[in-house]
Amino acid sequence: MKVGILGYGMDIPRYRIKAGEIARVWGEEEDRIVKGLGLSEKSVPGLDEDAATLAVQAARRAVKHANISGKLVNSIYVGSESHPYAVKPTATIVAESIGATPDLYIADHEFACKAGTASMINSYALIKAGEIDYGMGIGTDTSQGRPGDALEYSAGAGAAAFLMSNKDFIAEIKGIYSYATDTPDFWRREHAIYPSHGGRFTGVPGYFKHVAGGVAGMMKKMGTEPKDYDYAVFHQPNGKFPKQMAKQLGFTTEQINPGLVTPFIGNTYSAASMIGLGATLDIAKPGDKILMASFGSGAGSDAFHIEVTENIENNRNEYTFERITKNKKYLDYANYAKHRKKLIM
Amino acid sequence: MRKVAVVGVGMSKFGELWDKSLRDLVIEAGLNAIKDANLEGSEIQALYGGTMASGRLLGQEHVSALIVDAMGLNPIPATRMEGACASGGLAFRNAYFSVASGMYDTVVVGGVEKMTDASTAEAVTALGGAGDQEWELLQGATFPALYALMANKHMKEYGTTEEMLASVSVKNHANAVHNKYAQFRRAITIDDVLNSKMVADPLKVLDCSPITDGASAVVIMELEKAKKSGLNYVEVVASAQASDTLALHDRSLTEIKATKIAGDQAYKQAGITPKDISMAEVHDCFTIAEIMAIEGLGFFDKGKGGQASLDGETQLDGKIPINTSGGLKACGHPVGATGVKQIVEATWQLRGQAEGRQIQDAEYALTHNVGGSGATAVVHILKRGKN
Repeated sequence: MKVGILGYGMDIPRYRIKAGEIARVWGEEEDRIVKGLGLSEKSVPGLDEDAATLAVQAARRAVKHANISGKLVNSIYVGSESHPYAVKPTATIVAESIGATPDLYIADHEFACKAGTASMINSYALIKAGEIDYGMGIGTDTSQGRPGDALEYSAGAGAAAFLMSNKDFIAEIKGIYSYATDTPDFWRREHAIYPSHGGRFTGVPGYFKHVAGGVAGMMKKMGTEPKDYDYAVFHQPNGKFPKQMAKQLGFTTEQINPGLVTPFIGNTYSAASMIGLGATLDIAKPGDKILMASFGSGAGSDAFHIEVTENIENNRNEYTFERITKNKKYLDYANYAKHRKKLIM
Repeated sequence: MRKVAVVGVGMSKFGELWDKSLRDLVIEAGLNAIKDANLEGSEIQALYGGTMASGRLLGQEHVSALIVDAMGLNPIPATRMEGACASGGLAFRNAYFSVASGMYDTVVVGGVEKMTDASTAEAVTALGGAGDQEWELLQGATFPALYALMANKHMKEYGTTEEMLASVSVKNHANAVHNKYAQFRRAITIDDVLNSKMVADPLKVLDCSPITDGASAVVIMELEKAKKSGLNYVEVVASAQASDTLALHDRSLTEIKATKIAGDQAYKQAGITPKDISMAEVHDCFTIAEIMAIEGLGFFDKGKGGQASLDGETQLDGKIPINTSGGLKACGHPVGATGVKQIVEATWQLRGQAEGRQIQDAEYALTHNVGGSGATAVVHILKRGKN
């Protein structure tokens, strides 16, 4: 059974805050932050936006792009670390919004930033097994960063939905591979508002080890090497890590640039590598090979080997990354604090 | 008192060693040292260990028992020494006494610190324990702040500049490039230091030694036995130690008096002067600390250490090469391991095994280990062996 991407949708809030504005408040130097993290601004959710509303918008765009009825979608999995409810699914909200209920497999996932790709794999597996014809995987987050913490400069908001099918797809998912260990590099305990992290421990033993593990496993499974791919998309907690990862693994700047979106919107956590994949598909041509590897703290990486089909020429996504990030509104820190509900009276 | 020789040295890699435990580190360094000495574990009669903050950082006290157990050396006596950042130097000195006194013939000394399992904040708090908790730490002073006070005063009194401070770091990084055990094997420039993030004015992050995991070990033996056994030895010709007030506010800000006292005693014991020293490993927890050390140890006049550093007089090819290992700044500073690592580096230099950083015809090597902001100083002088 062949499985591929029939349609995809992305959503990113229109609000932005510049790293320099956050640096100003905390007495840090803007240049050092921008250079250190490789990003100059991040997305901020609107007052009435959360991980569910972003997921709904992304899902609607994916259904529209796929040009099918939402009723046909027989599985929806939503990965996030900012589900609005601790108990009560986000996925059912999405399902109702596209008219997919009640005949579907559905659940929420959590695996830090790789919950979105884990959701894709769930639906992919159901299609591959012949249980369903259409399934969706969503990554969505309005990620949290403690005021003054390094994460505050990068924790952004966004969602991406991938609607998969066993025919007519614009890109075939030819292989998947997953790599995981128990590595406590980043976590948020129950009832905690902000996550904690192991500082530099999140780097080499966390992100780099696992993304490299995911990519190596995928290439071994497919018998490929970096030069066989036209594009590569890695999880992007900041603008720097994916570039270092690419260099270490032998991928070029040209291969990763189209999917490197964090410098413009911040780290969208569960959606980060998926929005990167969406932005890459926006410009990909038939025959292009794409390697994607997510990363979730805790820690693991899901890797995908994707090959773009002829169908993409006749079915380009209307809501490209470029289009949905054009309309921006900048916030100062006070309004950002209001948007992120950081003011506790 | 009998004469004592160093007959084996070893260390672990220094750095952010996420996948190595305290136990892994001491085993690696200890076995390297015993192997280097070409001895069997059964020939070791006692163990002295130096660790500063394992209790605070890891919840692990009783580290001497851990080391002796991990190295398979039970049931020999094992004793832990703690003197903040001078813990390693104190462990070596007490091991030296145990052989010089005639109690033992062959003793192993280990120093270790596993620091990166704790957060930076926890590590900084733990290191703060080296100062006066009541008069300094509870008032908000951190170690960078205390050394920044010294740096400011030194700059004001002697015209020492931020470039001079930076030159110490640049030189230590340059040396570490040639040391495969070092944490930071990359060259940096004066501008890199000056443009790095401010920690405590005027000390920038590249003026400060890092948080490091690592262990080091040496085997010492009664000199005549070492000679008879045909071992590749270096002789310990001086061991001195001095104390000063725990809190900085009770003493001069521009010198560490304990360094001068211990240094003078050491030269007297060895019957030499600073001019006879071929190279020295000094305690550069901050760049200003190295400048004060090379003045206090008599290599340069008071107030001239900064200019001498900027002029390259402490480089590998300078008048007196300082911190050929890369020092605490670039080789790394796993607190309890540092004092022992200095002995390891001095031994390699005297045996002609310091690879790309070798000092030609090194005859005498000096090591200088400081606890806290200067309350404890330990100085040793080693002399090249004859075989």
